[in-house]
Amino acid sequence: MRGASQAKWVVAAVAVALAATACSSGGSSGSSGSGAVNAQGVFSYQSAEPQNPLQPANAMENQGGRITMQLFKGLVDFDPTGKPRNQVADKIETTDAQHYTVTLKSGWTFHDGTPVTAQSFVDSWNWSANVKNNQINSDWFKDIAGYTDVHPEKGDPTTDKMSGLKVVDDTHFTIELTGPVSYFQYKLGYVAFAPLPKVFFTDPAKYGQNPIGDGPYKFVSWEHNKAITLASYDKYAGVDKPKNGGIVFRNYTQADAAYKDLVSDSLDVLDQVDPTDLASYKNDLGDRAVDQVQGAIQNISFAMYQPEWQGVDKAKVRQGLSMAIDRDTITKTVLHGSRQPADSWVAPGALGYKAGTCGDFCKFDPAKAKELIQAGGGVPNNKITIVYNADGGHKEWVDAVCNSIRQSTGVDCLGDPKPDFKTARDIITKKQVTSMMRTGWVQDYSVNANYLRDVYGTGASANDAGYSSADFDKLAAQADKATTVDKTADLYQQAETQLAKDMPAIPLWYYKTNSGYSNNVQNVKFDNVGNPVYTDVEVKQK
Amino acid sequence: MGRFVIRRLLQMIPVFLGTTFLIFFMVHMLPGDPVRAMWGDKAVDPAQLASIRHNLGLDKPWYEQYLTYMGHLFQGDFGTTMGNRKVLDVITEALPVTVRLALLAFVFEIVLGVTIGLFAGLRRGKSFDKGTLILTLLLISIPVPVLGFIFQTVFATQLRWVTPTVQDSMNIGQLVLPALVLGSLSLAYVARLTRTSIVENIRADYIRTAVAKGLPRRKVIGTHLLRNSMIPVVTFLGTDLGALMGGAIVTEGIFNVKGVGNALYHAINLNEGATISGFVVVLVLVYLAASLIVDLLYAVLDPRIRYA
Repeated sequence: MRGASQAKWVVAAVAVALAATACSSGGSSGSSGSGAVNAQGVFSYQSAEPQNPLQPANAMENQGGRITMQLFKGLVDFDPTGKPRNQVADKIETTDAQHYTVTLKSGWTFHDGTPVTAQSFVDSWNWSANVKNNQINSDWFKDIAGYTDVHPEKGDPTTDKMSGLKVVDDTHFTIELTGPVSYFQYKLGYVAFAPLPKVFFTDPAKYGQNPIGDGPYKFVSWEHNKAITLASYDKYAGVDKPKNGGIVFRNYTQADAAYKDLVSDSLDVLDQVDPTDLASYKNDLGDRAVDQVQGAIQNISFAMYQPEWQGVDKAKVRQGLSMAIDRDTITKTVLHGSRQPADSWVAPGALGYKAGTCGDFCKFDPAKAKELIQAGGGVPNNKITIVYNADGGHKEWVDAVCNSIRQSTGVDCLGDPKPDFKTARDIITKKQVTSMMRTGWVQDYSVNANYLRDVYGTGASANDAGYSSADFDKLAAQADKATTVDKTADLYQQAETQLAKDMPAIPLWYYKTNSGYSNNVQNVKFDNVGNPVYTDVEVKQK
Repeated sequence: MGRFVIRRLLQMIPVFLGTTFLIFFMVHMLPGDPVRAMWGDKAVDPAQLASIRHNLGLDKPWYEQYLTYMGHLFQGDFGTTMGNRKVLDVITEALPVTVRLALLAFVFEIVLGVTIGLFAGLRRGKSFDKGTLILTLLLISIPVPVLGFIFQTVFATQLRWVTPTVQDSMNIGQLVLPALVLGSLSLAYVARLTRTSIVENIRADYIRTAVAKGLPRRKVIGTHLLRNSMIPVVTFLGTDLGALMGGAIVTEGIFNVKGVGNALYHAINLNEGATISGFVVVLVLVYLAASLIVDLLYAVLDPRIRYA
């Protein structure tokens, strides 16, 4: 009997184990037909705790940024395709791209009922640019004349007003820049340029916790580390009136927890599908799955400041390495189609994007790759390492890129993971990388200048590669002086061809928005930087 | 007894100072600049960077920062986060959640663990004992994330009894599932410890005497056997309470519970020295208090143990 009772328990244990494994995959694929809409309905969105108080110029990271953008509206903003459109501005006039006259629409009010005037903008910009107020985005105002007075490189500001800003009357003010910036209107779409109500300046810290803006949504509550709740503002004067009653930005530390909530309809709109569920999310969500290109690019850059990567011939080696990477296969397999192979240094959708500026150098061709590397004198030490941060889900593709390089050219290639983003950034900004590093760029505004001047201009502060090309700089300088934005984009397109010749960074792929929404909402669209068009989301009647 | 307690309380002071110093030092030694990281991939304005660092006091040498921190700490000021919130606020938001979660898990492991262990010990070698062995081995060998995932899938996605994650972290009802996951490993340990202890003590002389005296079985087991068998279990439970409070990072992540583990994870990611140190200070206090209570409980459980 003893033996028999033991066997019974073994059977029971196996049964438990089987039951456990049997319940591993589920999920429903429901279709979302359009039903009755509840205009007062509130929907939830996957978010995380903002790092800083909610002040327009203090939101660099995504979390705080997208909430601030719902609370505040500036002169212009971007439509879902990334084109600028007037919001508070009635018109912004200039003849030389240096002197601007801004006319405001009347009827705009802050959430506390006070009107939005020219003074609201000028006060806001002066305060945000001031180095003493410690706003992360303070250098967005550097084009404005008098910026160095409020934001000197060293020491205290000599004044608290920029000389380039002058209020004419309640609905007019003028902006003078230090030089022509043809895409200044695009920059104005950034949330740092939003107006601030008078009451803000009485206690900026308090109004960072309890912000009062002029955007489509007003602030309701901020339960730290849990959720931020916004409600639609019924006197909102913008063109994008909310079609819902409000948003709850719910805090998740783990993306897969949010995904599980979405599948069971406990969460309404997802930020981004976590890597583990990428393979199955289209199955799980059916036509509620979202998959579109966004304005961000992934590169691997060379440490151009290392002597062995300098010299004319080494450009051939870099081009060869680019051709040794099988972008199509890697994006399809390792990345589950969550990226789109890149063929230029600018992401599609940006003004001035031209397909194929990278040309053949971004096409996979092992034979040509070997030939180019040999012609350039070979890779230094026949070995490259790619520095990346291990906390961002990059390991898989870095290893795949290295495999691809190794197999097609015989060059030894290894990933060089650093424990987290901060550590990797530290090494990269101190220019201590030996051969290659992961670099990425998310657009600030939808013009190719943002992808090019800020990343590849000599001495540009995001120029991690330490790249410097006289030809590129010359064209960029001309482009910056152009008086129309189309001319600027055109000249930058010419400058981009220089990158193909020098290949300081290998474009790998563009980011995509892989997301989805629950059965409770409909009409969920995403803009070109991966944020949902919050005001268009419709909550279904229950 | 009183002198013992006072001595133990005094011993806490060097332990407390040592742990806070170590944590502060280690956080400071972490590579990477937390202020620089606020800009992400983007270009940094050096003047603004310097100004923010100065504002946060991060431009001073680390020992000066430590002295300032400790000075403020003794006045009850835990400092501020980089987002300019009071660290004390962050702690008082997260602590109640984790206390609820930890106590739920604690009650669960005591009640179930001791009961299962007791019956397994009394029925040594019988099928209940063997079943307990299998169950506890299973619980010990399944990693917490796997268990959490199974629970989520079964109870939320399949049966739809609950939502996959906790929607309101202060709601006891919603915390039951994470507490089960959190307490399951310790439950297995408690059950095994109790069982072994019972099996050992059931042959002891005082039990034979108690039975010979003609005491009712209920009383023999309740007052004599169980009470004397609890010493190793209480030792384990004491340290486990601290572990439950601080070590719930994984469980809190899976179920999106906004407790200490979650806040600590967030702070470590941002390299926020003040927040990390603040939480560790609180956790150290919890540990010290729990171990003192355990020592005092020994005397209650076993009259032979005396403290002078």
